[in-house]
Amino acid sequence: MDAIVAEAVSKRFGETQALDQVSLSLRPGTVLGLLGPNGAGKTTMVRILATLLLPDSGRIMVDGHDLLRNPQAVRRVIGLTGQYASVDDKLTGMENLILIARLLGQSRSQARTRARELLRDFSLEEAAGRAVQTYSGGMRRRLDLAASLVGNPRILYLDEPTTGLDPRARKQLWQRLRGMVAAGMTVLLTTQYLEEADALADDIVVIDRGRVIAKGTPDALKEQVGGQILRLRPRDPLQLAEIAEAVAALIGEMPDVDGRTVSCPVSDPALLTQVVRRLDEQGLALQDFSLRGASLDDVFLKLTGHRAESGETAEEGDQGA
Amino acid sequence: MPDSNHRFFDGLNQTLTLAWRTLVQIRHNPWELGDFSIQPVLFLLLFLYVFGGAIAGSTEAYLQFILPGVIVMNMVFVTVYVGHGLNMDLTRGVFDRLRALPIARWAPLAGRITADLVKQAWSILLLLAIGFLLGYRLEGTVMGLLGMSLLLLTFALAFSWVMVWIGVIARDPEHVQLFGFTALFPVTFVSNVFVPTESMPPWLQVVVELNPVSLLAEASRGLLNGEAFLQPALWSMAWALGIGLVFAPLALRALERRLASGSSP
Ligand SMILES: Nc1ncnc2c1ncn2[C@@H]1O[C@H](COP(=O)(O)OP(=O)(O)O)[C@@H](O)[C@H]1O
Ligand SMILES: [Mg+2]
Repeated sequence: MDAIVAEAVSKRFGETQALDQVSLSLRPGTVLGLLGPNGAGKTTMVRILATLLLPDSGRIMVDGHDLLRNPQAVRRVIGLTGQYASVDDKLTGMENLILIARLLGQSRSQARTRARELLRDFSLEEAAGRAVQTYSGGMRRRLDLAASLVGNPRILYLDEPTTGLDPRARKQLWQRLRGMVAAGMTVLLTTQYLEEADALADDIVVIDRGRVIAKGTPDALKEQVGGQILRLRPRDPLQLAEIAEAVAALIGEMPDVDGRTVSCPVSDPALLTQVVRRLDEQGLALQDFSLRGASLDDVFLKLTGHRAESGETAEEGDQGA
Repeated sequence: MPDSNHRFFDGLNQTLTLAWRTLVQIRHNPWELGDFSIQPVLFLLLFLYVFGGAIAGSTEAYLQFILPGVIVMNMVFVTVYVGHGLNMDLTRGVFDRLRALPIARWAPLAGRITADLVKQAWSILLLLAIGFLLGYRLEGTVMGLLGMSLLLLTFALAFSWVMVWIGVIARDPEHVQLFGFTALFPVTFVSNVFVPTESMPPWLQVVVELNPVSLLAEASRGLLNGEAFLQPALWSMAWALGIGLVFAPLALRALERRLASGSSP
């Protein structure tokens, strides 16, 4: 049985169709990456799956429970870490965790023990007795994650858990998540970064403007994009079209021409040398060229024909993690 | 139905846990305590020593008059904290975290209101203690004192719904305070808390006598000073009932709507 099955979930906010017939499923013990740019509908989907928002239509089963008929049963098996840390600023880290544990029916001593365990696991022992308003952004995120684990949920939702974290903190969080998954946790993770979905997810669902535009394993997706992106910038901008023609002749389809650069996905690294040789033969000089891994942008360009609208990528830069 | 009984007691426990959460904040933020206890004490001292002689002839006589009134006024102001705290939870995502837990749907709100009643009881005690220090004489009975506390807590419970409503519709916590205090200042001052009604122009007297704050102040004076209290007490309870009947559904519906529109951060 799948941990989550969502079928044709739709949600509209006034004029905005936030979700349009979104379907996805999640196997127990795996990580599903819900990938999409800002405004794609990721948070809306997570809030629906967490029983916080009612969908307009669709069918959702979580751990065998019909989410619309029995939301309370769903709440018993899930943990939620929202896009913005939702811990109580005025309580200490310890008190925040004890609060959740007590609400989940644990005794005073059980709650204390569980809180200590989690504070240790998330390297917050020293800050345990301080009010959360004195925490750094990274500490707050860790406490938020710890808070969603108090009841040992089988299924964990993480809404952009690393947005705004510095690279080191991001990698540490990845490590933690891998450990949790290895211990049997099922995770639904949303992210704007292909790299992150690639690093953590077993399966990826790409959404854009509320619609699923691609599904598959990270490798399958990257294959679709071509794995690597070749970017060429001519010395003479007037030769842009000529260069595009030359590249088209080699790869068999018209590359993307954007301002002063020509770019195209390449799956065969040998293509690079061919392109350079061909341009040289034709006397077309390059200002520079680069080959780099496919990004979310490239996935989007390929799948939708439009660029992903750039969203906030770092809102609360933070050191301590 | 043992199962639903069981669930109800779980809900009560969760309510108490959430009330604990609101109250334990005071330990880390003792200034908050100042917010709802220093201010009324200042009001009391100020009015007592600045206006006391002029209004009542002597500070001693004025203290007998003003203490019950200040207690009532403060009770009304303290209810703003319900709205403020609720709005904070709504805008900061804490409410979502709670709603995603398998707890009684009503526990988060009930927890806030319960915490508010504890703050109310504390404020009443504090003001009474200060009053006694300043020379207040209890001329009524201890039963009267308990009766007044009960009366005020009941009214606070009903009036909290006004603040819950404001807490739900306001965009942020600052607006709750702004709306709350702005609306409450005229209501508390256009009353007989500080001066007897007879000194006012006739048209104002009508308003003042209908004001629930006046009715409560009069009932409280009656209960503490051993005078008549029944009529104003009953009228103020009628107000409480009316306010509760109007604002509880209004607030709950507004909350439903806010949650359904998904307007968290
Ligand atoms: N409460 C809301 N009211 C109105 N529009 C909303 C609301 N929540 C989200 N939206 C809109 O729905 C779309 C999807 O939003 P969201 O799920 O937050 O996207 P993401 O998390 O992928 O950035 C966006 O266009 C957003 O503006
Ligand atoms: Mg989002």
